[in-house]
Amino acid sequence: MRERERPIGAVPAWIVLLLGAALAAQIALQAAGAPRRTAAADLPPAPSAAALRAASLGEPEAAARLAMLWLQAFDASATNEVPYRNLDYGRLIGWLGAILATDPRSGYPLFAAARVYAEIPDPAKARAVMEFIYTEYSKDPRNRWPALAHAALLAKHRLGDPALALRYARALRAVAEEPNVPLWATQMEIFILEDMNELEAARIMLGGLLATGRIADPGERRFLQWRLEQLEKRLSPSDRLNKNR
Amino acid sequence: MRRALVVARLTLLEARRSGLPWLVVAALGAALALAAFVAQVALTEGQATQAAVAAALLRAAAVFLLAAHTVASVAREANDKVLDFVLAFPLSRPAWYLGRLAGFAAVGMLLACACAVPLLAWSSPQGVLAWGVSLAFECTLIASAALFFAAALAHPAAAVSATAGLYLLARSIGAIQAIAAGPHAEATLAAGIAQLAVDGIALFLPPLDSATRTAWLLYEAPTAFELLAVLVALAVYALLLAAAGLFDLSRRNL
Repeated sequence: MRERERPIGAVPAWIVLLLGAALAAQIALQAAGAPRRTAAADLPPAPSAAALRAASLGEPEAAARLAMLWLQAFDASATNEVPYRNLDYGRLIGWLGAILATDPRSGYPLFAAARVYAEIPDPAKARAVMEFIYTEYSKDPRNRWPALAHAALLAKHRLGDPALALRYARALRAVAEEPNVPLWATQMEIFILEDMNELEAARIMLGGLLATGRIADPGERRFLQWRLEQLEKRLSPSDRLNKNR
Repeated sequence: MRRALVVARLTLLEARRSGLPWLVVAALGAALALAAFVAQVALTEGQATQAAVAAALLRAAAVFLLAAHTVASVAREANDKVLDFVLAFPLSRPAWYLGRLAGFAAVGMLLACACAVPLLAWSSPQGVLAWGVSLAFECTLIASAALFFAAALAHPAAAVSATAGLYLLARSIGAIQAIAAGPHAEATLAAGIAQLAVDGIALFLPPLDSATRTAWLLYEAPTAFELLAVLVALAVYALLLAAAGLFDLSRRNL
């Protein structure tokens, strides 16, 4: 029986050389180029929720999550001193709104809004994201309260705006009757009015979220604990002493 | 009936001996690897992201592999004049067509099972069961569409394109209708005609946008009535395509 292929020796030498050279050129070209990074300016305008839903081809849940992974890559390079600071927040909020409308039951967009995008040291941008969270919270308070609770703390400690923090804290009363909402969340006004520092408040909040089983996702738990450690470092006594000097 | 079953068995045997099983293994591997990757970069909802991405990829892979396999099989049969040879025996055209359809549908059901099982790692058994059963019906519909187009159109590329076009349009027609009737739609005659046209097209499409939903895996499984309504709608459309294929084959001069 004849074999299906002839030996390599049957291939003319110039074809083998051409194949090798083309492969080497391809690898060299790709290796020489800088790794692809998405800069802040690359973020395109947000599509409408209807367009995003149409583009998902009947898979809105998968499309919403993939869109979030894509969105969080913008301006997040490790070389960036303050990630996300250069983003156009108008566009960013448009994207978050479209993604949330594509899968309204996903907690990802508001989690990212509260824990990532609202934490940048730019008060105007942070305030815009917090207002987005506040608006979206009112559409589904039962599932979206953690984002607003965090926004209330940020409003007090990062923006130094107790009136705004109180407005958010009072809005959280809407979920007071819900069974799986911890008591501290519905009594956020006490956190805001009391002379409690940011670290204490964040510890109570994270502890409460963990105790109620609200954070089941290991990735989310790791991320929040890492954020808490960062906050502890930032507010450590030696740092505060240095700042006072 | 018995002859149709023999054709169906031969169709299954052909699928087993082709490269299809290896392609399914490759698709499963690729989907699970991508799901593992997205779980690494997701800040929250890692499990839900894995389930959603894997389910969307596996659903698309099952449908594409089945359509390509069906079209290639029918085209090869036509090129080798096997159909002319087979019909020279005491085998009616409907028996051949229904036998082939049953065989491809059985391949689709096996594909659906293979795609559903890995999802048990992230979703409830009820959700996975509903998703898997719905995918099996969806694959039957696709087998019916691919067989119809492959038998009716001379070129495999045209048959694959027609099947893919029907599938993609059926999956997005709900969103297209929502856009056409949305609050930003103008109240002009042209907009009204466009909306009517979109609604008219939707009448001739299967409700694939409400079938095999990822939401069943992430949130809650459908009620028995909801699932039954979807399965009945898919079965009716598969029956329509089978009747159209039988009609076309019966009229053709071979």
